[in-house]
Amino acid sequence: MRKPQLETRHDDVRYKSYIVGFVLSVAATLIAYFFVVNQVWPKDILIYVVLGIAVIQLIVQSVFFLHLGRGSSLKSSTFLFSLLIVIVIVAGSLWIMYNLDYNMMQMTPEQMQIYMKKNQGL
Amino acid sequence: MNDTPEEIAVKDRKMFGFWLYLMTDIILFATLFATFAVLRNATAGGPSGAELFDLPFILVATLILLTSSLTVGLAILGSTRGYKKQTLFWLIATFVLGAAFLGFEVYEFSHLIAEGYSWERSAFLSAFFTLVGTHGLHIVVGLLWLGVMIFRLWRFNFRKTDINRLALFGLFWHFLDIIWIFVFSVVYLIGGIA
Repeated sequence: MRKPQLETRHDDVRYKSYIVGFVLSVAATLIAYFFVVNQVWPKDILIYVVLGIAVIQLIVQSVFFLHLGRGSSLKSSTFLFSLLIVIVIVAGSLWIMYNLDYNMMQMTPEQMQIYMKKNQGL
Repeated sequence: MNDTPEEIAVKDRKMFGFWLYLMTDIILFATLFATFAVLRNATAGGPSGAELFDLPFILVATLILLTSSLTVGLAILGSTRGYKKQTLFWLIATFVLGAAFLGFEVYEFSHLIAEGYSWERSAFLSAFFTLVGTHGLHIVVGLLWLGVMIFRLWRFNFRKTDINRLALFGLFWHFLDIIWIFVFSVVYLIGGIA
């Protein structure tokens, strides 16, 4: 007797994929946690290391859990497009707000009010 | 039991539609992350993240959510192979882990509010509660969805639509896990660096 076949082309995922993804994610989480708790590097470097590990986890989980790259190619392209938008939103906000902060740093709140009143029409 | 080409096309369309919803949700979270990143130092004289967060506590919550991402994957594999008991077992495991994670989040929030560090305290805490709370809200919705599916599978037999829904739920749950990885890294780990 043949075993019941339910698999379609989306379902050809194997246990191994989930287990590998899980082990890699746990390892990445613990490594990032270890680095931060023990303050392995100075703060400036540590921030980028932690962000880098998070991005590695994003890639690992997209491949092993979400199975990106398998199935329709629309999935991958919409994913990449939303990543682009995410980068524009996050990096853009940080950039603009940092610049504003920097340009107004020397002013006291009173000076800032005068400055903003003067340039209201801009 | 093999799907006809028509059924596969419908399934693909539904899968893609749900995928597009997830992509818009990513953008929602991106705006919240951007807000948090801009306001991360705006503590208004109040406590910073490094003083507030209990990192070992959050690490346990993170590992619980990661494990639930594995169990939902195992449930999906069980369902595509037609093993009802196995699927139910892993789904219930996912529910328990998800509820435990939610309990951690509720405990943390109530603890912070009891100490007087609610969202009213500073812009930093407003951004924190909005970001983490929105993720928690997604978890609540996911648990409701999961509960309904567990009931359906337990009460009725497997249907093709149930298997497809389960695959969609898996996407949703993995997606929440990925978002949490960034919450954990950006909010707790980077915010926790003294």
